[in-house]
Amino acid sequence: MERRVKAQAMDAAAMQRGLRRIAHEILERNRGATNLVLIGIRTRGVPLAQRLGEHLAHIEGHAVPIGAVDITLYRDDLKGRRSRPVHSTDIPCSLAAKDVVLVDDVLYTGRSIRAAMDALTDFGRPQSIQLAVLVDRGHRELPIRADYVGKNIPTARHEQVSVLLAEVDGRDAVTILEGEPGTAAG
Amino acid sequence: MSTMDFRGRDLLGIEDLTADEIRYILDAVPPFKEISERDIKKVPTLRGKTIINLFFEPSTRTRTSFEIAGKRLSADVINISVATSSVSKGESLRDTAENLQAMQADVLVVRHSAAGVPHLLARYLPSPVINAGDGAHEHPTQALLDLYTLQEKLGTLAGHTVLIVGDIAASRVARSNMLAMRKLGMQVCVCGPRTMLPVGIEQMGVECTSDFDAAMQGADAVMMLRIQRERHGEVLFPSLQEYAERYCLTTERLQRAKSGVLVMHPGPMNRGVEIAPEVADGIESVILAQVTNGVAVRMALLYLLLGGS
Repeated sequence: MERRVKAQAMDAAAMQRGLRRIAHEILERNRGATNLVLIGIRTRGVPLAQRLGEHLAHIEGHAVPIGAVDITLYRDDLKGRRSRPVHSTDIPCSLAAKDVVLVDDVLYTGRSIRAAMDALTDFGRPQSIQLAVLVDRGHRELPIRADYVGKNIPTARHEQVSVLLAEVDGRDAVTILEGEPGTAAG
Repeated sequence: MSTMDFRGRDLLGIEDLTADEIRYILDAVPPFKEISERDIKKVPTLRGKTIINLFFEPSTRTRTSFEIAGKRLSADVINISVATSSVSKGESLRDTAENLQAMQADVLVVRHSAAGVPHLLARYLPSPVINAGDGAHEHPTQALLDLYTLQEKLGTLAGHTVLIVGDIAASRVARSNMLAMRKLGMQVCVCGPRTMLPVGIEQMGVECTSDFDAAMQGADAVMMLRIQRERHGEVLFPSLQEYAERYCLTTERLQRAKSGVLVMHPGPMNRGVEIAPEVADGIESVILAQVTNGVAVRMALLYLLLGGS
């Protein structure tokens, strides 16, 4: 469905600054990066996790393990949606006793994060799971919150937040798209 | 490739699948293979779904493979083998299936010695039916796992040559594989004694020969089929030794093939009859990889047919 652009919320520079700030916040809260593992939620959480990893490595001087989790098989909303292709989950090391930072592009209802936590606990018992998101658009349906937020963007339920990343879409942008009032957007 | 929707469909044969659909299924397999490599080999995707394995012919490999596939997706799997079922009391096929449907089974996996049984059941039942082997007609999941194994080991399929050896006329494994391989642009040659090569086999677009030694030369992969000495009361060759002399895959015959040739077998094997023990265990053998991939392929299929329906 073609939607009209309501507003551009972040440009490439704002996204870059937000991620850099998040990297510093992660290091401050965790007192360094020695026990960290970044796990991106497919699809766009993965390049974001990689960018964060680069920032962390640049600041701290050592690499941080980065992985990816596909939550399709853990979703609670498969019924009724169109069939989704499944991609690989790729966990680089044991998560036992690690501080895992989940990375996603948009935090909305919180159901994707719940699914990601279910997926992670099948791989071992982390010491902690923290959440970094580029955008928090509100409307939580579960008691889930982000530890690190690039930008808070209040939205109406029928609007859609579109995150474009150079690695996936060819350019960086966060835009808010119009929807039909009275409907809920995905 | 754009998303395809297989939900609610039956999987009755390779003959019903397009080349694109086969490729889509093969592309869907890797994440499911990864699940089987984890410590906790389970995802909650098909939680609450009921899968019934309705096997009228004996099977260990296929049935266990479907059972493991379903359980790793958190489904409830029920195995019915005919000897212990009401079919032995004279219950008809249709009644058996409709009874199971009335218990809200979500998918039926069926194996039967008569061709067309899964198709018959699919007509009566709204839920998906998967053909686990019907007579000498088709065994589609075997062909899919064989193709996946070939693609995994060779990198690509199109243009490569597969040699299938054994009782071609009676083999649903050979038939489904021939169909699938031709659809995906592979070259196929079938080989066996004349008594085992069906009339008109060339119409399937395959080469055929009774000279195993010569046929080995162009093959990128050789698939050996188990043979039975008797079929329908007719004797197909004079003795097992004579069969083995001409059609057993020995080390010597293997050396006639290209280096890197793959050795395949759907199982169960008769070591020393159609395949020499050292070849079955040798470095070219991907027989165990076929079994591992079988679970992953069946997981992918169950997900595609049931996930989200």
